[in-house]
Amino acid sequence: MSQKTYQLLKNKKKNILELWMKNQLADEGLREDLISNDELRSQSEELITALVSNLSGDNFTNLDSDEWSPVIEILGGIAITRARQGFSPRETGNFVFSLKEALLEVLQQEISDDPKTLFTESLKINRMMDSLSVVTFETFIKGREEVILRQTDEITEISTPVIRVWDGILALPIIGTLDSARTQIVMENLLQEIVETGSSIAILDISGVPAVDSLVAQHLIKTVSATRLMGAECIISGIRPEIAQTVVHLGIDLSNIITKATLASALAYSFKVMRLEVKKISTVTKF
Amino acid sequence: MTLSLSKDTIQILKEQDVVFLKNRVKETAVKIKMGLVNQTRLLTACSELVRNMMRYADGGVCIIEVVSAGRNNGVRLTFSDKGPGIPDIAAAMRDGFSTGKSLGLGLPGTRRLVNEFDIKSKVGEGTVVTIVKWANG
Repeated sequence: MSQKTYQLLKNKKKNILELWMKNQLADEGLREDLISNDELRSQSEELITALVSNLSGDNFTNLDSDEWSPVIEILGGIAITRARQGFSPRETGNFVFSLKEALLEVLQQEISDDPKTLFTESLKINRMMDSLSVVTFETFIKGREEVILRQTDEITEISTPVIRVWDGILALPIIGTLDSARTQIVMENLLQEIVETGSSIAILDISGVPAVDSLVAQHLIKTVSATRLMGAECIISGIRPEIAQTVVHLGIDLSNIITKATLASALAYSFKVMRLEVKKISTVTKF
Repeated sequence: MTLSLSKDTIQILKEQDVVFLKNRVKETAVKIKMGLVNQTRLLTACSELVRNMMRYADGGVCIIEVVSAGRNNGVRLTFSDKGPGIPDIAAAMRDGFSTGKSLGLGLPGTRRLVNEFDIKSKVGEGTVVTIVKWANG
C-alpha cells in the first residue's frame, strides 16, 4: 500500500470509525441484548487503532508476519468472546465486513479523482480484510468447538450417578452408549462408592442403553467381575426383550451374571438376598 | 433383484461419528417400518462393524441404503476401510477368534444378526463388509 493511502487512512481514522459504527448500528443483526453500544464502540476503536498502525508495512497482506500479531490477537479475542456470548456466525462476520465497507467508502471519497489508484488500493484493502475475515471465522469456530468440548465433558460427568437405593444396595443407571471411556468412569465411580458405603449389592441398570454389542457386553462383564472382586454382588437390570434376543444371537454368554428385566425385580432380588422384607402396614387400628 | 432406493454416505473418523451413524441407521430403519427387534439387531450389527473399523483401520466410510426386493424393504450398510485387511477371513468368522483382546464375537455375531452378510478383504488394502437386514425377515 502506498504511503499516501496509509497517511490518508491514518488521518481519517475517526471518519472510518464513525462510518463503521454507523454501519454496525444500522445492521439488522445488531445484538443490543448481547453487547452494549459503548462496548461495541470501544471494541471497534481498539481494533481500528491496531489495524491502522499496521498499514505502513510492505507485507501487509502477509498475516503471518509479526506486525500483524497484535491485530490478530485483538480480533481473535473479540471472535472468541462473541462465540461464547452466543453471537451467530453472521453477526460476527458482519462486524468485520462492515469495517471493510467503511474503509472502502472513505477511500472512495478521498481518491475519487484517480480511478486507477483507487482500484489498486481497494483491491489491496479487500484482500487484507478477506484474510482478516478468515481469521475471525477460524477463531469463532474454535470458540464454539471449545463450548462443545466442555459440554461433552459435562455430559460424561453427569451421566454416571451412583444412587444409594437402600442401606447396602447401590444402583447405577447407565444412559447412552457404553464405550471404553465411559465404562472406565462407571467402574471407578461404582467401586469407589462400594468402598465408601460398604454396600454388598450393586445394580447396573441398562434400560437407557440403546444397543448391547459384544464390546458393551465385554465392558459389563468386566464391571461385574471387578465388583465381585470387591466382595459385592452385581446385578444387571433393564434388559429389554429386543436386547435379550440380540445378545443371544451375538452369542454372548451372560449366564454367569444375575440379570433381571427391571430395576424393581433387581431390587426385590436384592431384598431376598439380604433377607429383608418389605410389607404393607396393616391398616387395622387398635383401640 | 435388489433395488437401491436411497443412498447416504457417512465418513467415520472420530468416536462422535459413530453415534451420528447409529442415529442415521435407526432413522432409516424406522422410515421403512422395521420392527423394534430387527431395528435393534441391525443397530447392534452396525455397532460391531463400525467398532471394528475404528479399532483396526482408524475409520472409514459407511454407506446407508434403502433396498427393495419385490415387496420387501430393507437397509443395506456397506462399511469400507483402508486398514490392514484380514489375512484369514475364515478364522475371523469363527466364534471366539480375536486378534485384539475382545470377545471375538463381532464378525460371527453380526452374521447371525443380519439376513445377508458379505465380507471382502485384501491384506494391506482394506476391508469391505456389506450387510442387509430386511424389514420383516
